[in-house]
Amino acid sequence: MIKKRLNIRMSGLGGQGAVTAAHVLAMAANRDGKFSISNPFFGAEKRMAPAESYCRIGIERIYDRGELVFPDVIQVFHPQVITMGKSYTMPFYSGVKEGGVVIINSAQPLLSEEDVQRLKDLNVAVFYIAGTELAIEVAGTELSTNMAMIGSVSGITKCVTMEALDGALQERFGKKFVASGGTASLDEAIKKKFAKKEMLLAKNLATVKRAYEVASEWAEKNKIELRVGNPAVAA
Amino acid sequence: MADTHSVIGTKNKKGQTYTDTWKMMNEAPRTPSFFTGSEVIKEAVRRASCDVMIAYPITPQSEAAALIGELFAEGYIGDYFRGESEFAVMSQCAGAAFGGARVFTTTAGPGTMRAMENFPMWAGARLPIQMIVTCRGINSPLSIQPDTLEIAYLLNTGMLVWHAETAQDFFDWILKGYMVSEEPDVHLPLALCCDGFFVTHTKDVVNLTPADMCLPPYDPYRSPVPCMDMECPPVRMMRDPFVMKSNYISYATHASWQQEIWAAIERSRKHSIHWLNGLIDAENTDADIVIVASGTAVSQGREAIRLLEDEGVRCGLIKVKTLRPWPEEEIREATKNAKHIFVPEFNVTGWLAKEIRATIPNHQRVHAGPHVCGGMTMPPEIIVQEIKTALGMKSFSLAGRGS
Repeated sequence: MIKKRLNIRMSGLGGQGAVTAAHVLAMAANRDGKFSISNPFFGAEKRMAPAESYCRIGIERIYDRGELVFPDVIQVFHPQVITMGKSYTMPFYSGVKEGGVVIINSAQPLLSEEDVQRLKDLNVAVFYIAGTELAIEVAGTELSTNMAMIGSVSGITKCVTMEALDGALQERFGKKFVASGGTASLDEAIKKKFAKKEMLLAKNLATVKRAYEVASEWAEKNKIELRVGNPAVAA
Repeated sequence: MADTHSVIGTKNKKGQTYTDTWKMMNEAPRTPSFFTGSEVIKEAVRRASCDVMIAYPITPQSEAAALIGELFAEGYIGDYFRGESEFAVMSQCAGAAFGGARVFTTTAGPGTMRAMENFPMWAGARLPIQMIVTCRGINSPLSIQPDTLEIAYLLNTGMLVWHAETAQDFFDWILKGYMVSEEPDVHLPLALCCDGFFVTHTKDVVNLTPADMCLPPYDPYRSPVPCMDMECPPVRMMRDPFVMKSNYISYATHASWQQEIWAAIERSRKHSIHWLNGLIDAENTDADIVIVASGTAVSQGREAIRLLEDEGVRCGLIKVKTLRPWPEEEIREATKNAKHIFVPEFNVTGWLAKEIRATIPNHQRVHAGPHVCGGMTMPPEIIVQEIKTALGMKSFSLAGRGS
């Protein structure tokens, strides 16, 4: 399916970098010459509390902002979004569009039979990726989980190029970035994990790439096609 | 003495060139940047030749306030400090402005409410302070998400009140705002509002003016009342205040001064039209259906119009840029052909719809809604649904969140 607009909802927990993930993805799309907007949605800034972010990518100017009520892609950054209802919606996939994709960061299946059936009825594909394990393996820290999530959505939808992601990561982490106190302290924490800033960038990019490949392979094998483009031209 | 015109072309201590504001905003090259609204506020303030910024943390303006602290550290602002509360901040802003400084501050939601006493005081004292209001919920239960109820409280303070749709509006209007509010025949504070998060925390493309150009400094001698002199009527407030006399003259002075403040808002029209290219933006207002909105509701309206077009329904759009001065004539003219006027709003009371109803003939044309409140998002689909339902068109019920 080729769509004029790809709406991505990232449901995570505070501290996982869901907000940063949406920003980086939107920055990359912007670098690719597409139109994009990203924004976060959260309550109190605390670890493990529900936090969401949204990334809209399209081929024409995007005005829509705020919570993404009708997403094409839903990314679940943490199993507790599903198992403990740490989501702004119950169930976490409500509003998902027909033909959409759900990407879940988990090594094992988490959905009930009822959920599996409802998503099947909507023709929504479900992709599990052990993103945290992948981050620990490639980058050596679970703090790079969000990079695995960026890679997985990019691998399936090809909404951004790796080149643009590389540039966006450099822009985000290569210089001093001031946001809230919470974000600033997390930035400090991740920088301490790596000896040098270049190492941080290289490992994060490697995590993105690995997840991109895994997800891309899954999408090809299962013939999942969800792209941003001009449907008229494609037809 | 800082003179607004003689310094143009000279450099400030950061090496920025004081530039004619019209040239800077309309003729200088622009660089597209992909920034959050908070970063854009910082970039506007960098170019605004601000003397004083006073900060207090409250979501969603905290990031902007912190970023302006960075600007101070870099040497772009005369002075910057944190107040003890929003009330203290706004009082300190008054002090700085009385002293002849160009003052900038940011607030949100409950902070705006806490500081409220100061706003009519600013207007009465004719202090051209600029205050960014990043709207959020004000009522209990607590919400930090956008809700525009606080704007309703600002409408009768005597301040100029503008409502930005995007970060681009914000960037341009922060700089242009000083030009309007510092005019001698206006000289009033400006509440420059936006919907928190949807503008402040959203990354979007914004075209910035060159960083080495800045506004001419504020010239306090253009004030219509003597600066820092509380002894001179009509703002003799400290010693021997009118209120203590309770005589005819004191009542007459107070009454006429209130009229003068509102006359100054009226006089700001011509400047606002000049700088903002009109108090409203109107598109396709020959259509039977027109959406009238301010802030983010305009953006959601634009998306709803696209969805309606796909179904063959034509709909016009009026973006209300200034709430004070209120664009009465403009709205009356732009809605004259409309049979149905929809007013989507991010608040429970529908204050914008009420203002519009009080402005136009045949006000039964106004459909007040849809409304979302308490920080809810307004998907364009619900605007479409509201319009179709009102027109008796078939509309599928939406299975979104909470369903």
